[in-house]
Amino acid sequence: MTTAPTTVDSGGNVNHGRRVVVAWLVLSAITTPLVAIFVGPLIPPGNGSVQGQGQVFDNQVMTSLITPILCLLAVFFAYGLVQFHAKRGAELVDGPPLRHDSQVQILWIVITTAMVLFLAGFGTYELLKDGSGGGQGPSPIAFPANHQNAFQVQVIAQQWQFTYRYPSLGGMETHQLALPANTDVEIHVTSLDVIHSFWAVELGVKADANPGIDNIVYVQTKGTRLFHVRCAELCGLWHGYMYNTGRVLEPAQFHSWAAGQEKIFASIKKYLPPYSHTYVPQPDRRAG
Amino acid sequence: MTDAAVAPMPPVWRRLIGFNMLTGVVLGVGGWYVGWFGAHAIVGPSLDYFGDIDYNELSVFMAYLGGVVGFLIGLGFLNYPLQRLRGYPPSLREKETEGFGRYFSLCTDHKVVGIQYLWGVGLFFFIAGLNAMLIRSELLSPSHEIFPAGTYLTIVGVHGTMMMGIMTSGILGPFANYLVPIMIGTRRMAFPRIESFTFWLLMAAATILQTTVFFGGFPTGWTGYAPLSNESNPGMDCYILFFALVGISMCLLGVNMIATILTMRAPGLTWTRLPIFIWGILSTAVLNVLAAPVLIAALSMEALDRTAQTTFYVPGGGGSNYLYENLFWIFGHPEVYILAIPGFGVVLELLPVFARKPLWGYRLAVSGMLGVSLLSWFVWQHHLFVSGMNGDLRPFYMLSTELISIPTGFTFLCGMMTLWRGQIRFTVPMLFCLAWFFNFLIGGLSGVFLSDTPSDVTTHGSFFSMAHFHYTIMGGLVFTFFAAIYYWAPKMFGYELNETLGKIHFWLMFIFFNSTFGPLFAVGFLGQPRRVVTYPSGLQFLNDWVSISAFILGFSMLIFLYNLFWSLVFVKKPAAANPWGSKSIEFQLPSPVPVHNFDRIPVFSGDPYGYGGGAGPVTVPAGAPAGRD
Repeated sequence: MTTAPTTVDSGGNVNHGRRVVVAWLVLSAITTPLVAIFVGPLIPPGNGSVQGQGQVFDNQVMTSLITPILCLLAVFFAYGLVQFHAKRGAELVDGPPLRHDSQVQILWIVITTAMVLFLAGFGTYELLKDGSGGGQGPSPIAFPANHQNAFQVQVIAQQWQFTYRYPSLGGMETHQLALPANTDVEIHVTSLDVIHSFWAVELGVKADANPGIDNIVYVQTKGTRLFHVRCAELCGLWHGYMYNTGRVLEPAQFHSWAAGQEKIFASIKKYLPPYSHTYVPQPDRRAG
Repeated sequence: MTDAAVAPMPPVWRRLIGFNMLTGVVLGVGGWYVGWFGAHAIVGPSLDYFGDIDYNELSVFMAYLGGVVGFLIGLGFLNYPLQRLRGYPPSLREKETEGFGRYFSLCTDHKVVGIQYLWGVGLFFFIAGLNAMLIRSELLSPSHEIFPAGTYLTIVGVHGTMMMGIMTSGILGPFANYLVPIMIGTRRMAFPRIESFTFWLLMAAATILQTTVFFGGFPTGWTGYAPLSNESNPGMDCYILFFALVGISMCLLGVNMIATILTMRAPGLTWTRLPIFIWGILSTAVLNVLAAPVLIAALSMEALDRTAQTTFYVPGGGGSNYLYENLFWIFGHPEVYILAIPGFGVVLELLPVFARKPLWGYRLAVSGMLGVSLLSWFVWQHHLFVSGMNGDLRPFYMLSTELISIPTGFTFLCGMMTLWRGQIRFTVPMLFCLAWFFNFLIGGLSGVFLSDTPSDVTTHGSFFSMAHFHYTIMGGLVFTFFAAIYYWAPKMFGYELNETLGKIHFWLMFIFFNSTFGPLFAVGFLGQPRRVVTYPSGLQFLNDWVSISAFILGFSMLIFLYNLFWSLVFVKKPAAANPWGSKSIEFQLPSPVPVHNFDRIPVFSGDPYGYGGGAGPVTVPAGAPAGRD
């Protein structure tokens, strides 16, 4: 373009900025409470555990926080693309040469920074409150209130199954996971070969199983229920089939289940290695 | 550069002989066998070379390294160093002529390399996309298996690895190589031979990754986590070689870009007059140079673990799988911004043209890109929130990850304010840029859930995170990749693309991209981990919905290909020099750009965004007495 086209400012005397801001505020004021009340609580993992419930609350807060952002862009583009498009087939004309606006920039930076700092602070608070069901490694930093008396379970991952050991039941090992209801549970996750990840979906628990490392995760169970256990880290050929179902049982039921399991596995118990936080994997182990 | 007396054209068979791709392939195959037999001589005198691949990893590595060296020698990369050793004078020009053969050889014309990159990257992008179709076919049913589990994992791995490896050069390769010298007013890149080297190395690497199927594939996905990688088939070696060679290619590409942009700008092209696209390339190139060596180091140790029985990543032998995870993500997180930032550059470069307004907030946009590339170094352990590593550092990584949304927000603000009160034209490239806003917004906002450690406990490693990064990378990079193709193809090839087909392509791609990846957020929250071959039957409806959408998404790519071939091979409608009315310098040159770009080096007197009479003409392109020759 060698000739400078004429400049056109579509509707120059209309205060577009005010229209967009008002529409945005109205839309946000309507949608945000609706999202917070009706959408937020539906987001998984649900209330299978205190930690899962904490995650739902986190998701609720974050969805409420991002709703105004979505509204802003929706309003902006809906308004802007309708209002500011060139006429089809018309001569090329230029828009006004706006190059910057310090006020808008500062406002934008201040608002985004405030939101980010709030999110980071909020997330940290929620994380440190009870560990949020995430694996914390061998030396955890976030505990539920009653963690000294927590019920201990060990999850041993290997290609391609989970086995579970109960140190308080004499190191009993079984391939079914059962947890007592309304109890603080301290889960020790480790692996015998490659990296796996123990994911108890409805409890909101996930912790990587690393060979030679004791990855501790806390979960406070609530009422009795079933939950799915899946491996969430690619661990080789049958990764997709590495799942089973766990149960949260009433304490009485749990103990009768445990007694039954002990009886079933009594004959092989003497072949098990003694209970330990990690089990040394064979260094040159190779699966085909 | 045409000679006055044109020599008569030799016959076809004679033209095929010489240093070109054909010779490269022949010597590559030869080198492969030299490496193979050589390694057997080291490891053991076995010639039973297809029988012992299960335990002779060294021969796989040596074979492919021999193959790559032979391929590069065949292309002629040794000629110039040898000539210099024999006392010939230095030269920067090789095959800078007209003709089709230069696209299949070492060519130091940056425009040829750009076009080579476009077809090369496009080819492997298409192959990786076909793998995605296979993945979605398998996931049509929760239990019925189209592919055996091992084959399925290989398909998943090749899709991810190929996309992540090849598309790092998706914009840097074709468009930066083609446009950076033109936009900064020079005739070549700083290191023209290295420029060609990065391309041919990338092609060799991508071919190696494809051959993984002959060695049993690999089960690790694109992350290649140890110790799973230690116990895998020799197909794993193809993964290691691919990513290490891609790392070398990326690193050299970055060096080349930085050197060119720093040292070869034309007179008057100050830092604040640089097109924003160049800033995007520069931010990315810095990441390329710093991140790729970490990957190469990590994979070298993995290669040693597999060949020389070292135990860098073997827990029982004093090593640690955390070491690999750390090194991989120190590379891997900047890597995703290597994919995203060029997209920012393309969007911000195109918006002023189609809104006919100057780029709003130039300095803010620049600081946004530089800020993202700086912060991308401090976030890598957010991939490891539940790994049990550094539990006490999780709040820090949560903060640093969320901080990245501030400079990313600058790009949004600058883009949106550039549209504000503009004269927007809904051309095909513009539609792809506008789609970027939507996609990257969804990608970014879903990232909020992943960066928040409590919420990440559920979303980590699930289809939620998979949907998230497809929104940012496919929505952020691939959409801008197509925007760049539609925008610059008339300049690069000299022919127009069909606009109607372009719009059909866009709408199909945009709608079914969202229809594919949107439901996957829900699938992830409902408990489907990534890379599984089977899933709960309750999720079948959503998975089928996603698969069918994905097939239509794949079909939209066929429309694009049809458009490309139809327009460039059959219709051949010559493009105007400046079809978009752009003020950027490449559109002041003829289409296609002549071999040496400028008769005289231009002098810049402003940035390329002087719409609305805010500034005078950008450049004095030709015949200016002030310019250098």
